Amino acid sequence: MKTESKLQQILDSGQFAVTAEIGPPKHSSAEGIRHHAHMLKDYVDATNITDNQTAIVRLSSIAAGVHILDCGIEPIVQMTCRDRNRIAMQSDLMGAYSLGMRNVLCLSGDHQKFGNHPTSKNVYDVDSMQLIQLLRRMRDEKMFFSGEEIKEHEPRFFIGAVANPFADPFEFRVARLEKKVEAGAEFIQTQCIFDMERFERFMEMVRERGIDERVHILAGVTPLKGWRAAKYIQTSVSGMIVPEEMVQRLKNAEDPKKEGVEICIEQIKYIKENVKGVHGVHIMAIAWEEVVPEIVERCGLYPRPKAN
Amino acid sequence: MIIAQQKPVKDIAEMINDCQKVLFVGCAGCVTVCLAGGEKETEVLASSLRIMRKLEEKPLETVTFTATRQCDPEYIVALDNLVDGVDAIVSLACGVGVQYLAERFKDKWVVPALDTKFIGGSTVHGVWEEKCGLCGDCVLHRTGGICPIIRCSKSILNGPCGGSQYGKCEISKDVDCAWQLIYDRMTALGKLDKLMEIQPPKDWTKSRDGGPRKAVREDVMID
Repeated sequence: MKTESKLQQILDSGQFAVTAEIGPPKHSSAEGIRHHAHMLKDYVDATNITDNQTAIVRLSSIAAGVHILDCGIEPIVQMTCRDRNRIAMQSDLMGAYSLGMRNVLCLSGDHQKFGNHPTSKNVYDVDSMQLIQLLRRMRDEKMFFSGEEIKEHEPRFFIGAVANPFADPFEFRVARLEKKVEAGAEFIQTQCIFDMERFERFMEMVRERGIDERVHILAGVTPLKGWRAAKYIQTSVSGMIVPEEMVQRLKNAEDPKKEGVEICIEQIKYIKENVKGVHGVHIMAIAWEEVVPEIVERCGLYPRPKAN
Repeated sequence: MIIAQQKPVKDIAEMINDCQKVLFVGCAGCVTVCLAGGEKETEVLASSLRIMRKLEEKPLETVTFTATRQCDPEYIVALDNLVDGVDAIVSLACGVGVQYLAERFKDKWVVPALDTKFIGGSTVHGVWEEKCGLCGDCVLHRTGGICPIIRCSKSILNGPCGGSQYGKCEISKDVDCAWQLIYDRMTALGKLDKLMEIQPPKDWTKSRDGGPRKAVREDVMID
C-alpha cells in the first residue's frame, strides 16, 4: 500500500534511508525541537519523535511532530502502549494524521517505574503487535479496531515497529520480528547496535527467513559521548549489550566525544557495506542531535535523496 | 476467597483433543467453596469428557485427584505417582494451581478448566460478588468499608462521578454505585466530613502496575 510518506518512497525505491530522533522537552516550549529540526532538516529523510521516553512526562510526540513538520522534516510519530487505551490511540492517530503526520512507530514503551511518575498505572490495553494490526485495520480495511466502519478519511500511515536483537530469548527475537511483519509492519528500526557480531547473527537469521525482503530494516546506532555512558548502558540498561572493547576504546581515547563519533561512523559504514538486508540507518543521538549532520556527511550519505 | 467458574466443557475438550489419558486435579480450597473445582466438580467433569469422547469414538482414560490446596507446592507432591503415562493434566484450581502444576510437571501439558474471576464472597447460595480489587494498599477506612477500587467501575477515589443515578452505576442498572453506598454509609455514621478530604492519586506500584508482587515474612521463614 502506497502512503504519502516520503520515508516509504525512499525505502521502496531501494535507497539507503537515514532517520534520526528528536526527544521532546520537559516543558511547553517548542524552541529546542525547532532548533534541532532546522539542524537535521537536510541530513535525514525523517525524524522520530519519542513518546514520553523512559516514562518521563514530555511534550506530546504528536504536537512535537507538528513543529518539526513545520520546519520541513517528515516526522515519525512514536506511539507506546503504556499510556493510552485503544480509544485514545485511535483518536490520537486520527488527530496526528489530520495534522500531517504520515509515519507511526509502534512500541510497548518503557515501564513507568523508570520515569518520573513511578506510582502511576500502566495501560497496555493493546500491545505493540496489536497496535500494528490496529493501524492496518484503520488504513487497509477502513475500520476502527472494533470492526466499526470508518466512513471516510481513514488515516493512512506508513507503519513502523521496532526490534531488539540484544534482548532475550535471542532466537525468538527474529521470530517475533516476523510476527510483527505478519501483523503488518512495513519498516523496522532496531535497538542501538553496539555488539556488531550479535547484530550480524541476528540479520543472518532474518535473511534465512526472508524477512528482509518483506520489510525495510533500519539499523539503530547511537554515538556515545564517553566511556561512562557506555558503561552505564552496559551494566544498567535492560536489553542492551555494549562490548567491553568499546568501553575501553572510549576510555583510552584522547577526545572521547570524537571517538564516539568515529565509532558510530565506522558502524554505519560497516553495516551499509557488509550487512545484507539492512535498508537504512536510524541514528539515535540521545541529547546530542547536533552531531547527526557530521555523521551523515562523513558516511557519504549526504545529500539525501529528494522524494516526490 | 477466590471465585472461579468452569469453562464450557467443549472448550476444555478442545484443549485435550489429542490426548488419550488425562489427569484431572481438583482443589479443596476456594474453588471447592465456590462450587467450581472441588472433588465433586472434578469427578463430574472427568466423566462428562469420558462420555463425550466415547460418543466421538475416541475413548478417553481419566485419572482424578483433589489436592488439599494447589497453591501450596507441598500438596501437589502427591501427584508425582499419578502423572505417569498421562498426556495432559487438567487443573480445576484457580490460575495459581495451574501454574504450580506446570512448574512441577515440566514435561506435561497442563491446562486450566476454570476461569479465575475475582476475589469476593457469597450473598446467597449460588451468587458470588466481587469485593476487593487487590490494590495492595487498602482504603476501606476512608470509604466506610466499601471498596471504590473494585466496586466503582472507574475506580474513582473522589466520587461519585456524574453517571450515578438512583443509586445505580451508569454501566448497568444491575450495578450499585459504590459511591452512593459510601455516601449513604458515611452519612449514617456522621462522618461525611471525611469525604471532603481530596484523596490523592494512588500509589499503583503496590498493585499489579508495579510488576509481579511478592510478600515476604522473614520472621516465619524456616530456613
